[in-house]
Amino acid sequence: MKLLTHNMLTSHVKGVTKGYPLLIKATEVKVNEVDFNPQFVSRMIPKLEWSALVQAADELGQRQDLPGELVPEYENNEEFLKKVHRVLLEVEVIEGCLRCPESGREFPISRGIPNMLLNEDEV
Amino acid sequence: MTSHCRRPEHTAPPDVFYNEAEAKKYSQNSRMIEIQTQMSERAVELLNLPEGQPCFLLDVGCGSGLSGDYLSEEGHYWVGVDISTAMLDVALDREVEGDLLVGDMGQGMPFRSGTFDGCISISALQWLCNADKRTHSPPKRLYTFFSTLYSSLSRGSRAVFQLYPENSEQLELITTQAMKAGFGGGMVVDYPNSSKAKKFFLCLFAGVTGALPKGLGTETSDRALSNQVQYSGQRCRFKGMKGKSAKKGRDWILEKKERRRRQGREVRADTKYTARQRRPHF
Repeated sequence: MKLLTHNMLTSHVKGVTKGYPLLIKATEVKVNEVDFNPQFVSRMIPKLEWSALVQAADELGQRQDLPGELVPEYENNEEFLKKVHRVLLEVEVIEGCLRCPESGREFPISRGIPNMLLNEDEV
Repeated sequence: MTSHCRRPEHTAPPDVFYNEAEAKKYSQNSRMIEIQTQMSERAVELLNLPEGQPCFLLDVGCGSGLSGDYLSEEGHYWVGVDISTAMLDVALDREVEGDLLVGDMGQGMPFRSGTFDGCISISALQWLCNADKRTHSPPKRLYTFFSTLYSSLSRGSRAVFQLYPENSEQLELITTQAMKAGFGGGMVVDYPNSSKAKKFFLCLFAGVTGALPKGLGTETSDRALSNQVQYSGQRCRFKGMKGKSAKKGRDWILEKKERRRRQGREVRADTKYTARQRRPHF
């Protein structure tokens, strides 16, 4: 699971109103090289919850020097876009679980695939 | 849509039907791969994405990621959701570029609002119309799926579903639930007159549809409304035969001979010489 996906994922357990952001407990993290596409990264930045991204990167120990606040005029700041690209698309959680901040429900991640299936009483 | 061939969704729930053996077909059977890729191409065409822009898309029922491969080829980024872990394992083995999730469409899409620029789904929606468990209610599950999908799409984007509907009631159920959830749009049927090539695509629009209107003075366009047929006083009986005499063509002669035959007159048989031009004489 890439952190871009994590940034968009919410918990959809019955009764949960704001299951966001999901806490990551990772036991295995991998960094894969992905082609850098500045156009895509700068398009995605307005859609991101910046604080959730920084928190997720912190949890995985992959934050490096990612700033805590969004940099103004990031479109032309290639150095900054590269940092965001690395965190968004290259860092991947392979094994671990996601925890809903409200209900405490845990969604397991195995082989990089989070299992978001709910039990019948949670729908 | 023949009744004698068993539909897969009648045999078992999707997480059971798509086991290792079935999933293997999607990585090895070249015909299956070709059909899946063709349908994905058409679905992406119907999505009408802005040209030259990498988009973030959702693939519902992504399976082994064949449709996702096409999205990656087009330069888009995608997240795939599927209920069958065996199919997702195949996707992992094929090293697809998108991110994968295990999830059930009927339980809703677990994404923040406005996440995706579009959604495609190949041959998955019909699975939602079956109740595989006692607690399943297809209309309710369809509604949950469509309403959560609606919120996870950005305004003005589209969702395109290729599906194999069982009958017209099923189609109606699907479209009414989609409309209830706020979507606009409807069915697109490709090759409606061919039983084999016929394909159903449900095209749904979230929020405003259509391209942004052009500013005044940027283009010299005629003032006619595009959704109205313009009046034309011309009859288009001989439209296809520009410049040719309507009464000298082979079709016209054959038709005339046929007419005369029906009248019981003596008419020469139609041969390759019929309506052929004579050689030039000086």
